[in-house]
Amino acid sequence: MSDKKQHIATIDGNEATAYTAYRINEVCAIYPITPSSNMAEWADEWAAKGIKNIWGTVPEVIEMQSEGGAAGTVHGALQTGSLTTTFTASQGLMLMLPNMYKIAGELTPAVFHVAARSLAAQGLSIFGDHQDVMAARTTGFALLSSAGVQEAHDFALIAQAASLESRIPFLHFFDGFRTSHEVNKIELLSDEQIRAMVPDELIFAHRKRAMNPDNPFIRGTAQNPDVYFQGRETVNPFYDKTPAIVGEVMKRFHALTGRKYGLFEYTGAPDAERVIILMGSGGETAAETALALSKAGEKTGVIQVRLFRPFSVEHFIRVMPATVRAIAVLDRTKEPGGAGEPLLQDIMTAYVQLLQKRVVDQLPIMVGGRYGLSSKEFTPAMVKAVFDELKKPQPKDHFTVGINDDVTFSSLDYDPSFTLDESRWTQALFFGLGADGTVGANKNSIKIIGENTDLYAQGYFVYDSKKSGARTVSHLRFGPDPIRAPYLLSQADFIACHQFNFTEKVEMLRYAKPGATFLLNSPYGKEEVWDKLPGSVQRDIIDKKLKFYVIDATSVARDTGMSSRINTIMQTCFFALAGVLPREQAIAEIKYAIEKTYFKKGRSVIEQNFKAVDVTLDHLYEVTVPNRVAGVGEITAVVPAEAPAFVQEVTAVMMAGHGDDLPVSKMPLDGTFPSGTTKWEKRNISDLVAVWEPDICIQCGNCAYVCPHSVIRAKFFHEDYLGEAPADFKSAFINARGFPETRYALQVYLEDCTGCELCVEACPVTDTKDRSRKAINMGQKEPILPQEQQNIAYFEQIPWNDRAEVNFSLVHGAQFLEPLFEFSGACAGCGETPYLKLLSQLFGDRLLIANATGCSSIYGGNLPTTPWTVNAQGKGPTWSNSLFEDNAEFGLGMRITADKQLAYARELLRQLSPQLGDELAQGLINAPQLVESDILEQRRRVTELRERLQYIDTPEARHLLSVADQLVRRSVWLVGGDGWAYDIGYGGLDHALASGRNVNVLVLDTEVYSNTGGQASKSTPTAATAKFAAAGKRVGKKDLAMQAISYGNVYVARVAFGANPQQTLLAMREAEAYDGPSLILAYSHCIAHGYDMKDGLNQQNKAVASGYWPLLRYNPALRKKNKNPFVLDSPRPTMPLRDYAYNELRYKMLTRSNPEEAEYLMQLAQELVDLRWKTYEDMAGQSAKAFAPVA
Amino acid sequence: MDLRTTYMGIPLSSPIVVSACTLSEDVNNILRMEDAGAGAVVLFSLFEEQIQREYRQYERAVAATSNVFAEAADYFPDLDEFHVGTEQYLQLIRRAKARVEIPIIASLNATTTEGWMEYARQMVDAGADGLEINVFWIPADPRVSSAQVEQRYLDIIAAVKSHVDVPVAIKLNPYFSAMANMAQRMHKAGADALVLFNRFYQPDFDITKLQVLSDLQYSAPNEIRLPLLWIAILYGRVPVSLAATTGVQGANEVIKYLLAGADVVMTASSLYKYGIEHLQTITGDLMTWMRTMGFKSVDAFKGAMSQQHVSDPTAYERANYIKILEGVKG
Repeated sequence: MSDKKQHIATIDGNEATAYTAYRINEVCAIYPITPSSNMAEWADEWAAKGIKNIWGTVPEVIEMQSEGGAAGTVHGALQTGSLTTTFTASQGLMLMLPNMYKIAGELTPAVFHVAARSLAAQGLSIFGDHQDVMAARTTGFALLSSAGVQEAHDFALIAQAASLESRIPFLHFFDGFRTSHEVNKIELLSDEQIRAMVPDELIFAHRKRAMNPDNPFIRGTAQNPDVYFQGRETVNPFYDKTPAIVGEVMKRFHALTGRKYGLFEYTGAPDAERVIILMGSGGETAAETALALSKAGEKTGVIQVRLFRPFSVEHFIRVMPATVRAIAVLDRTKEPGGAGEPLLQDIMTAYVQLLQKRVVDQLPIMVGGRYGLSSKEFTPAMVKAVFDELKKPQPKDHFTVGINDDVTFSSLDYDPSFTLDESRWTQALFFGLGADGTVGANKNSIKIIGENTDLYAQGYFVYDSKKSGARTVSHLRFGPDPIRAPYLLSQADFIACHQFNFTEKVEMLRYAKPGATFLLNSPYGKEEVWDKLPGSVQRDIIDKKLKFYVIDATSVARDTGMSSRINTIMQTCFFALAGVLPREQAIAEIKYAIEKTYFKKGRSVIEQNFKAVDVTLDHLYEVTVPNRVAGVGEITAVVPAEAPAFVQEVTAVMMAGHGDDLPVSKMPLDGTFPSGTTKWEKRNISDLVAVWEPDICIQCGNCAYVCPHSVIRAKFFHEDYLGEAPADFKSAFINARGFPETRYALQVYLEDCTGCELCVEACPVTDTKDRSRKAINMGQKEPILPQEQQNIAYFEQIPWNDRAEVNFSLVHGAQFLEPLFEFSGACAGCGETPYLKLLSQLFGDRLLIANATGCSSIYGGNLPTTPWTVNAQGKGPTWSNSLFEDNAEFGLGMRITADKQLAYARELLRQLSPQLGDELAQGLINAPQLVESDILEQRRRVTELRERLQYIDTPEARHLLSVADQLVRRSVWLVGGDGWAYDIGYGGLDHALASGRNVNVLVLDTEVYSNTGGQASKSTPTAATAKFAAAGKRVGKKDLAMQAISYGNVYVARVAFGANPQQTLLAMREAEAYDGPSLILAYSHCIAHGYDMKDGLNQQNKAVASGYWPLLRYNPALRKKNKNPFVLDSPRPTMPLRDYAYNELRYKMLTRSNPEEAEYLMQLAQELVDLRWKTYEDMAGQSAKAFAPVA
Repeated sequence: MDLRTTYMGIPLSSPIVVSACTLSEDVNNILRMEDAGAGAVVLFSLFEEQIQREYRQYERAVAATSNVFAEAADYFPDLDEFHVGTEQYLQLIRRAKARVEIPIIASLNATTTEGWMEYARQMVDAGADGLEINVFWIPADPRVSSAQVEQRYLDIIAAVKSHVDVPVAIKLNPYFSAMANMAQRMHKAGADALVLFNRFYQPDFDITKLQVLSDLQYSAPNEIRLPLLWIAILYGRVPVSLAATTGVQGANEVIKYLLAGADVVMTASSLYKYGIEHLQTITGDLMTWMRTMGFKSVDAFKGAMSQQHVSDPTAYERANYIKILEGVKG
């Protein structure tokens, strides 16, 4: 047992795969992409710790600038004889395709591990299906599919062994999220087992084929029509042999481990008449369902495909019951326009071949279906629906299952109440907030149970799409046998709600089994809680006879010094109530886990956690459930009645968590969604909100400027408006002389406030009588909410100030511009969004945004609600995300359209001038459009043009009408993070800047890949740590500003709104006004820096004060006027770099893990800062002639 | 010239000791202190609150951002290596002990009983020759009585002593109503030495920004009088070692403190001001004075000006005050 215990691990599919891959490779070249990133991160972490592979050497792990780069490096390492691997998914795999053809064409053994994920089509999705791997099926790679965590661990080895033997490269894939992120208990391969599977002679043969100057050859020639074809056919014998090799490898694996796999595996009745064929995790669900149905007498079976390519007809037919009558082939992908999806096509081809060869004497009924796109649930109920369909004489072909297709009626109906026997498991559901540590505690619980008892455990975690205030749902199963159930819980024995306000928002108890236990974190005790619950919740508790417990975990956490971290307390309650382990043992195991987690964090931290565990059970109470429903009302409506129809019918359904129920007809055809939907989602994620104090406010606008969620808004208006205002509507005399009748109001949108406190930090005013009171402070929301809701409604009726009357050039003035980017799901205190909000305020009504994939595309465009909105005239930013790598090119395309169609419109205006009137035509053609009043005037002319064109019935007039909007100057912005600008999109960005076109680039520089979890980019600074730079970044941050400046005609600015908001504003306006390419590098504090975001502005200040982030503007327009175009906006550094850097965990980490190296790198970083400052200072003192002339 | 002294049972080559300060964060500095003639080094204080604050910061930065979003389970590499506990401090003790021969005294400021006991034990396990308990605590709570304050000191001493087997010094503040009695009780609670005195953080105001200033002022020679008084009074009366700290800029202050009865004299401010090598100057000047005065050893004049040994012991009490006032008048 003890031996076995050593080889037991409770881990997710990514770690399980990476574990094996790491042990059998020498080189790993990667690029982070969800959901595969963790595989590479594990490899990097193990390498950083010096963990060796089975040959006793530490693999080399390198992060590249893109997946294309990773594939190139893999190719190079393979060609020179290294055992090489990579991990990727989705768009990443797309970028690897060219190299994959090369690697396969050259018969190079290698394994790519893919956490299979959807491809961006009508929308991006980070979730799982097989679209990516199916796009790789023509590359010549073998495709091996694993269905669960254990298999992913095992197949990583089987793929490697088979690849070395066959010389065919393998793509080993498993379902993104469902397998990659499912935690399950597995048996780890021992090094001896791994070594036995990978004979040395195959490795020597691989190395022998490598490029070597001592044995030179040429590979990668250019071939011509005479021989290319024949050359392409040389590989055939290798493909022919591969299925048999894989079969043999699987047999060897079985002998070594006892775990048996086949190329195709059949489960179900031996005399099955109805058979489903599929790949991936869905195979487990289908197989378990087929088994259950066959036990009940149905003639059902499932074939799980393991080796999809090369497809072995021979192996396939061996496992198919001869009794089969009807087959459904399920593909987790979509091939629009195809005769069928890929697996269906192969099966059909196989059967035709078998018929022709008379192996079979007739064709069974064969239909294809699609399921599970983008991690859509695939449940036993859906499997049963497919089997039921196959009973029909003519089953539906090209069907879908799991959705309601009311457009082409492809979908099968299914009975969601059908489930397999789930009584063998204890099933538990936990509803929490991301920030309360629920998921972390549950991962911990699974480990405790999985690794310390004989029980099996499974965990899967569902997150919502927001980065702040995100909800999480944890699905946990425990039982005596391995758990093969890759789908969410539909029935739970135990439900825990970690946030009391969820009782009003989330229908949790619909998942409760009769007699289940419901644990609620409640500020109300066992006597009062009942009357605080909505009636629907009370009804469920009574009807289902639930055992109901409460604990005030928030108070227990506070009283035991655990701050807001309720996770340990709720975890203790779970163990006490769920009965998975005896209570005493469970508590001991929790404490052991605490000790293990915190042993380096100090005894007092451990004791603090122990104390929390010890006192928890004293505060856990069972509620005596009254037999009366007397709730405080029902679960509240998702959106108000005045929301637009689309929001009511579609968005609100998604917001309520019922998006799965939306039929196809409700989906926009082409991925086009209405703007401005976040306003309908009042998330109320913070109890503490900003509260304005008009009496001491100086109306500077700083708070509104820095608010990342556009929650603070200002207007000035005539005092007459106050006549109808609610009694407590706050306002003050405007802080300007000569306007005694003008009032100023600052309105906080409380329900959208995330409580980040940046506004308080930005407020320069302190009450002279009470130094703790500023002009804006954090206060409790609850007591003021009803009044403020009225105030907000009134504030919204006051018109926004006339843009022509607002002084755009000052921070004070900018607060009066309507933000057209609001209430995004970005992190509380986000350092990026204030720039976007400003962008929307300055140019929003004529703004086109090309947004690179990353944080900004997620909080900017993730459903259900999106923050880019419109003004009262219906105008506002139009936003699109193409990909990660192509954003500069994508945005350049927008510019070219604008330029081309503007030119065309002008050509047509000239042609139609006689009919339109010369004055209007010339006015439209020659409008300067430099300032807001010019633009207003041009908008007026365009309106007039449209009217006049109605009366001209010529093709030219109709064409002019279709492009007339282009006559108002468009502001094209290319937005993205440093991962895009410095790494994957750098080539395109460089080209866009060199194009000379009027594109404006805004780089939201967080200095790491923030969206995927803090991997290093070429923007990561020296001495900081990041994933893939755990030992501290040794190479300097790329000076993108200087590179752009070298072109001479690019406007460049480096800004930090927290340090100098005025300079940021100036730079944005100058960039936009400059008729050529512009690049703004915007310092963006980020949670990946490791400190409380409320200090973000302070850190920005220090970044500038230390000289780390010198503020500058390079304006080619000045060079044209024979002035020095390089303006240094920062004062000389006043503090050493370390005084800025060591406030952040990313820098501080190295001082703990390697103090000497930290010191060395910090000195190096300081030298870099000094050197760069000197260079900039020199440049700022030069004459115009020292800089490139501008054409 | 014999500079040897004994401090809470530990023989030292010199009575000049580096007091707890951030200079000792770097082991290379400790080496330089030894080379410059320090008799011992008291390491910078480990503050339990600091550990806890750092832990809370760490929690906020890490735990609150982990497992929050589907695409990023966390944001930092290998957090196991990020110790917010005592490990860094213990490592310093180990490294210092491996590189220098002079005694290393660890300094601890805890806030919880568990903290005092646990960290003290860890420091001793790491090799500390002695401990200095730094009760840096301003009893600002009006509900806390003087008796409770005193008891707290005694409890801490007893708790630490019960957990370690090395000598323990306590760094005091000068604000006890009955200092001599308190000294006696601390001795009875187990203290092996008294360090006189702790300089509490005393804020200043910026009257234009209306802000509290938190800059640290170095101690000045004119601040030695209070510790000098109490060392002179306590010498020979309470059987503990006495360490003088505050106001030591050069040999003059060292000499005065030794004359009053200090076993060791501690300095940090002068090292910030003049550099670590200033210890050589102090030592050299002390030896010159001893030569001039004909003292061959420190023991020969230690306590010579203590209350017990001066011709008029009342000079340390009320009469001394009257004398000074009269002097001013005259």
